[in-house]
Amino acid sequence: MTAAAPGTERIRRHQWLASMGSAVRTPRGAAGLGLAGFVVAVAVIGPQVAPDSPGALLTLPFAKPSGRFLLGADFLGRDVLSRVLDGGWLLLLMAVAATVLGIAAGAAAGISAAYLRGRPDGLIMRTVDVILAFPQLVFALLLLSILGPRLWLIVLAVGLTHAPAVARVLRSATLDISERDFVKVAELQGMRPAAVMAKEILPSLSTPLMVEAGLRLTYSIIIMAGLAFLGFGQPPPAPSWGTMINENRAGLALNPWAVIMPALLIALLTVGTNLLTDAVGRAALGVDRRPGEAALADALDPAPNRAGNRA
Amino acid sequence: MSAAKGSIPGAPEAQGQQRRGPADRHGFRLEVRDLEIRNRRDGPAVVSGISFAVRPGDVLGLVGESGSGKTTVALALLGHTRRGLSVSAGEIRLDGMDLLRLRPAALRQVRGARVSYVPQDPSAALNPALRIGYQLREALRSHARITGDPETRVREVLGEVRLDASPGMLRRYPHQLSGGQQQRVALAMAFSCRPSLIVLDEPTTGLDVSTQRHILDTVRRLCRRYGVAAVYVSHDLAVVSELAAEVAVMYAGRVVEAGPAALLFGRPLHPYTQGLLASVPVPEGGRRLTGIPGQQPPPGHRGPGCAFVPRCALALDECRARAPEPVPLAGRTVLCLRAAETGTARAEPRPAAAVTDPPAGAAVLSVRGVSASYGPVRVLSGIDLEVPPQACVALVGESGSGKTTLARCIVGLHRDWTGEMTFQGARLARGARHRPVPVLQQIQCVFQNPYTSLNPRKTVGQIVAEPLRRFLHVPRGEQSERAVSVLGDVALGPRYLSRYPDQLSGGERQRVAIARALVAEPSLLVCDEVTSALDVSVQAVVVELLRAAAARRHLAMLFITHNLALVRSVAQFAVVLRQGEIVEAGPAEQVLADPGSDYTAQLMADVPRLRS
Repeated sequence: MTAAAPGTERIRRHQWLASMGSAVRTPRGAAGLGLAGFVVAVAVIGPQVAPDSPGALLTLPFAKPSGRFLLGADFLGRDVLSRVLDGGWLLLLMAVAATVLGIAAGAAAGISAAYLRGRPDGLIMRTVDVILAFPQLVFALLLLSILGPRLWLIVLAVGLTHAPAVARVLRSATLDISERDFVKVAELQGMRPAAVMAKEILPSLSTPLMVEAGLRLTYSIIIMAGLAFLGFGQPPPAPSWGTMINENRAGLALNPWAVIMPALLIALLTVGTNLLTDAVGRAALGVDRRPGEAALADALDPAPNRAGNRA
Repeated sequence: MSAAKGSIPGAPEAQGQQRRGPADRHGFRLEVRDLEIRNRRDGPAVVSGISFAVRPGDVLGLVGESGSGKTTVALALLGHTRRGLSVSAGEIRLDGMDLLRLRPAALRQVRGARVSYVPQDPSAALNPALRIGYQLREALRSHARITGDPETRVREVLGEVRLDASPGMLRRYPHQLSGGQQQRVALAMAFSCRPSLIVLDEPTTGLDVSTQRHILDTVRRLCRRYGVAAVYVSHDLAVVSELAAEVAVMYAGRVVEAGPAALLFGRPLHPYTQGLLASVPVPEGGRRLTGIPGQQPPPGHRGPGCAFVPRCALALDECRARAPEPVPLAGRTVLCLRAAETGTARAEPRPAAAVTDPPAGAAVLSVRGVSASYGPVRVLSGIDLEVPPQACVALVGESGSGKTTLARCIVGLHRDWTGEMTFQGARLARGARHRPVPVLQQIQCVFQNPYTSLNPRKTVGQIVAEPLRRFLHVPRGEQSERAVSVLGDVALGPRYLSRYPDQLSGGERQRVAIARALVAEPSLLVCDEVTSALDVSVQAVVVELLRAAAARRHLAMLFITHNLALVRSVAQFAVVLRQGEIVEAGPAEQVLADPGSDYTAQLMADVPRLRS
């Protein structure tokens, strides 16, 4: 008997919150949250506390750091500190938007492919294969060079290139769940396919969704920064970490901080989100449970062994 | 230890009676004394005070509900504990040698060679990527010193388990064998090194009765022939009573009653043993089953007193305060303060017949000439079946007989069938999507596996309220009231409304699934193997609840099962299915007591029965 031990009431309604909670209590998760949180704080609070206007030409190009300009100046003599503080929020916002878009489109495609099977499955997954054949950055560049560099288009391009990978992962997760009897019960209650997917299947996918979201956010940041570096970002006067690396690399010997600071922040952000994602995934799988806890849980829950017995 | 090594004979090819080395000074092959296993060294005891002994050639049955610790004890006999658990006290003596004191290298030599293990699920235990011949030889190769020529031995053991020892058989992969054949291979592997002790962990749970009968016969025969001591772990008392000379009943990590099988099954003294025996369905009798309500406390939640108190009808205040000590009584050991009185307390008459005759009337469901297939494979042909109003029809068959496919056709989950089905006079469409909502509401289904039939992300309240909302359009305010009332029908209190399925036991989950079906106010309930994932004691509770609820609501029921013993306790009519065709149909009493076909007669003969 599974013996739900008296007194161990767990709140299972928001399972993703529970995984998140136990993830940030591991060293890996705490480090990830710390790093990512720091960079997000810089990007969000930065514009309010920047000492100067990011666009103002204040001193000599590539001026060394000084008491007045803590990180020196860039190739036009603008304050690097102010530009770093101001140049993150749009990147973050766009990365988040592209991630949400990619996850939503990918999840919808993957879940429907797995649940509907048959012809929709073939159609969706072959389309996914075709898109996956292009390297993500090349695909985004292709779209942008045809339609021109507009911000919404960058978000759209990056988001759509995430979708196929997300679709694959969620399709395999859904295949397993859609075979369970509770899905059949919902069908026998006359639920429409869309409702079955949204109400019965989706809630069980919170773990893969969370892990995918973290992973895709990391990739979004990298690709966005990369696109900005290549010149597909905000138009020039506006500050952006990716653009800054490109603009200032000529003066690397004169004032390295104009390149190092934005590069460092991008690196910290991606490492942070990646660590956090990893920790969440592990927490959800139960890898980081203490051995004693895991053994007790196994001892108390022989259900998985018994379940398939006469299947 | 050196003495033990000397006991291994060099040439084991001898046929017939063969004694395997000396047992210890009391004549026991295996002796377990005061075994205690804890979760971490200082954690709560998972099992404690376990003592038993087995003679050469004998089988000891280790019985109890799941979670009682019987598998933990069984694995300890191989010197193994699950991750996080460790043996904190006691000894396990095999031919006088304490297994728990062996070094890892020595233990590896003992495992497989002198103690072997037959797992519950052979399809998971055999390596799917290796031919069975290779796997059999591998077991022998690891212990090359103590056996002779592997090829001869492989052929010999395959013959012993009644498997064809041809090269063709040896070249097969596990998936090319049936479940019964796989289990025979596992048995052959276990017996191949001529062990002193063999541990069998529910080896027949997933098998059909006839296959089970063969496996049991094989185990009995080989243990006798080679003087092997066997420990047979099972929750099925009927199986154990057919095989075991001695029985140890476990509850919440303790042995509550142990002794000769005939005594224990004939006159059980511990209230728990009595409860388990009353839960076992009898194929010949249509009596009501009485299960044991409630569930056992997990490790760490066992109070100072007797762990059985919450489920015991005889409990006194003293039982709550003080843990009982094992006392020898009437030829066995009992762990109960009131052991001396319990034998007399059980004088109540056997419960009345469970099923009553249904009223006459037009059939609720009639199936005419239905044939179904999965792609090119035909699984049902020409099925005719009628479910009269307020009656229960049991559909009996072994695995692969097509009984679940028929259920899926009826409820609308399988669409690839021909023929005609009428429900309350109207034709049934193929597939649930083509059926009108009232039909969906009128035919409700309870699935086999309660671990997958409830959405883990919904509370019991949400699960039970869903049909109310969908089918009956009950206003939100009344939903929880109706849900509470139907949960009451399956003996679950209102506090279950806010629980999630993973906080429930298997039996409780299945009761929620039944409540979900009942709340829709159906006129036909299709139950597909609803108890096969449950313990016998829980099965009795669930079947009785189901029977009572159906009678109260005047439901017609199609009860699908592989367990013939259950039929008379729930159904008035029985239909026997074999390889997609109906072998026999009629009143349950007649079909089971006086079978018209050899097949049914054979099935009835193979059903394990309590021997007392």
